Amino acid sequence: MSKAKLDLNAIPREKFEFANKGERLSDQKFEDKPISYFKDAWLRFRRNKASIGAAIIIICIILFSVMAPLFTMGKYDSKFMDPYYAKMGPRNLLLSKIGVAEGTVERKYNDRSYLLALAIGVGADGYDGNTVAISDATEKYMPIKKLLGVNAKSDPIMGDSYSITAEVDTYLNVGFIYRPIEQQEFEKIRAWEEETGIHVLYPLIDTESKYYPKDLDPKGINANYWYRANKKLHPLDERGKKIEYSEGTDFSDVTFTDNYLRDENGDLVYWKYTGGGTLETAQYNVRVLYYNWYLYQNGFEPEYLFGTDSQGYDLALRMAIGIRLSLLVAVFVSVINFVLGAIYGAIEGYYGGTVDIVLERVSDILAGIPFVVVSTLFQLHLAKKVGPIPSLLFAFVVTGWIGTASRVRTQFYRFKNQEYVMAARTLGARDRRIIWKHIFPNSLGTIITSSALVIPSVIFSESMLSFLGIVNLGGSSMTSLGTLLSDASSIWTTYPHLMIFPAIVISLLMISFNLFGNGLRDAFNPSLRGVED
Amino acid sequence: MGQLKYVLKRLLLMFFTLFVIVAICFVMIRLLPQEMPQEKNLQEAIKLRWEALGYNKPMIVQFGIYLKNIFTKWDFGTSWYVEKMTPAMDLIIGKLLPTVLVNLYSLLLSIPIGIAAGVLAAVKKNKWQDHVISTGVMLFVSIPSYVYAFIVQYLLFFKLGWFDSPTVLSLADAGGSWFTPAMLKSMIMPVIALSFGSIAGLCRFTRAELTETLTSDYMLLARTKGLTRAQATTRHALKNAMVPILPMIISSFIGILGGSMIIEQIFSIPGVGQLYIKAVRLLDYDVFMADSIFYTFVSLLAGIVVDISYGFIDPRIRMGER
Repeated sequence: MSKAKLDLNAIPREKFEFANKGERLSDQKFEDKPISYFKDAWLRFRRNKASIGAAIIIICIILFSVMAPLFTMGKYDSKFMDPYYAKMGPRNLLLSKIGVAEGTVERKYNDRSYLLALAIGVGADGYDGNTVAISDATEKYMPIKKLLGVNAKSDPIMGDSYSITAEVDTYLNVGFIYRPIEQQEFEKIRAWEEETGIHVLYPLIDTESKYYPKDLDPKGINANYWYRANKKLHPLDERGKKIEYSEGTDFSDVTFTDNYLRDENGDLVYWKYTGGGTLETAQYNVRVLYYNWYLYQNGFEPEYLFGTDSQGYDLALRMAIGIRLSLLVAVFVSVINFVLGAIYGAIEGYYGGTVDIVLERVSDILAGIPFVVVSTLFQLHLAKKVGPIPSLLFAFVVTGWIGTASRVRTQFYRFKNQEYVMAARTLGARDRRIIWKHIFPNSLGTIITSSALVIPSVIFSESMLSFLGIVNLGGSSMTSLGTLLSDASSIWTTYPHLMIFPAIVISLLMISFNLFGNGLRDAFNPSLRGVED
Repeated sequence: MGQLKYVLKRLLLMFFTLFVIVAICFVMIRLLPQEMPQEKNLQEAIKLRWEALGYNKPMIVQFGIYLKNIFTKWDFGTSWYVEKMTPAMDLIIGKLLPTVLVNLYSLLLSIPIGIAAGVLAAVKKNKWQDHVISTGVMLFVSIPSYVYAFIVQYLLFFKLGWFDSPTVLSLADAGGSWFTPAMLKSMIMPVIALSFGSIAGLCRFTRAELTETLTSDYMLLARTKGLTRAQATTRHALKNAMVPILPMIISSFIGILGGSMIIEQIFSIPGVGQLYIKAVRLLDYDVFMADSIFYTFVSLLAGIVVDISYGFIDPRIRMGER
């Protein structure tokens, strides 16, 4: 079209006419039901199998953390601890029937320590004295469950020695201990023994005899050396001769001869008077089989599905406490993050310029202090006054929202110059309306996503700080997964369950929260398709 | 010219931020109760030193003296407990090499693997290669580094027995240098433990960026021009995808100064992170303060380098503009 013919600014008025005169124009009603933003997101989220799986795992872990106390059948609570059964492996009487959680570990022995373990089982059965062969002992109290292999080494100077690998029940392996008890208790045990037919009290050992391995235990504290042995704990036969093992033996023909304390009549002595005047206050020292003592004291056999921790608490309950702590802290931070981050980011992003520069400086400064330093400072200042966990929360509150704020800010930068915002502004919308009605919904997905994704990072930070000992929960009844791992870190090669279970739980938590967060992100932001982090 | 002004502005802002953080940390640390050690000689030395630092004067004067000492004598305070009577900064600088080495090795290992895996995943998007890589990335990004550390220790040390000790050798055991073959070998485990996470992170980032560029319009144009898919990918998509990837790599090179406290703790690497933990545990405040400044500086520098290098690599981008 040539310029001369049509001057667009000077079309005569009468040439205009209404396109639809007299008709009332309105949008057609949708036949379908409208799908809201959240419903749309939910529909998309539902299709994401990984996220659904993650959500289920999260629910399971939460259920575990809440329900774990129920699994103990009300037998004991999280304060229940038994120092003799510390670091014990997983053991469950029901599951042990199918070969899981038997409380056994594989251990390497030399011949003497192996015989000692066998002797515990034999001694628990043959409490009435005399010689007992290993093959006569019953399964019930035998710590050695299975002999896995014997390596005989022959050395011209040191003599023959054996390296034995065996599967051992760590609970039974504790064996006998000495216990000081009062007269009343003594009678109660006697009555209980009568009633149940289970032996708790075992004869005392003659620690003064020449058959006691004095070199190994000069004060006679170890209650497991009940058999006649030489100085180096080699079992002796009735005539005091060292029993020799031969090549290829499985030790089943070794016979122990007891070294129990006997009175003038030759009867076994079960208690030793140690002090106290009256009948009630008299103190006795007795020798008990710890497994049965536990049964007598608590009314149930020891079973811990995940084993016990380094102090003797039930690891499952400790983990439940740790998970609860981690999740509570994480959710708290996430909520703070949601509120503070949204407001701060919106103001920053929308106004830009000086406001942005000033607010950005403030958040830069807060974000610039490494989180370890922030939390250390809070711990040093506040831990003694308000406790380590509130101090940790303060540290998270101070810096936790910055990530969300900056994401919201980016979103605002992205949308504030778009045409529809300009249109709204042209139509006279106020700043507040533009922020909350027009731009903010665009960043809602981001905020929800980053609030969800903040959870794994908080869990990680919390576990890391307690692992490093910066957040020190020692001394309180609280614990965290990080503390459990750090307790395990020096001894986990001997007691792997201490490391494995908390590590699995924390990894699962991290993975599933990340998957869950990613699912949310994809659901709320279809255009990004997993591009934005 | 505009670029230079921008860089200067960012640097100035960084130092302002650093200054404020140092001030906050200084006040917070100085407010903590200070305890005197049992040792008589050390007590005397500390008293003399505190006198010179103006500990009985107002906080602002103390801070002034602290800053003056830093600028005139490079004096960040003295370590009293971690290593007796050693300047705090000397202590940190002395611990820097092991930290840097372990992290540098890890970075050199992860960059090629991470980018290669990311490119493969992006090119084979939604095929089995992509699914395998993406699942692996998800796992490796999520699982905390200390869990890897234990897995690595368990597999390589206890099961396979490739190493003589589960931790990094001490300087004396390795022949008095950080570069002996024995030391290099003993650093393999922490390097692997560190690399899982950074390989996964880099891979994910590369995949995300490359998938975006692969679907952009200029790729279509390139294909219509007659380029093969491989040509278009290497010449156009990869180059554009590198715009955000490069700054990330550059900043991680600065980040290696900071290192990983948890890995240093588990593998007992005598680095900056371990020093920090020790200083906090022994309440050696001057070292704690100096270490805090160091960490802050490193993280600020890494951040600013990302922003500036964005501008250099792609002049259209100016971070922090209105």
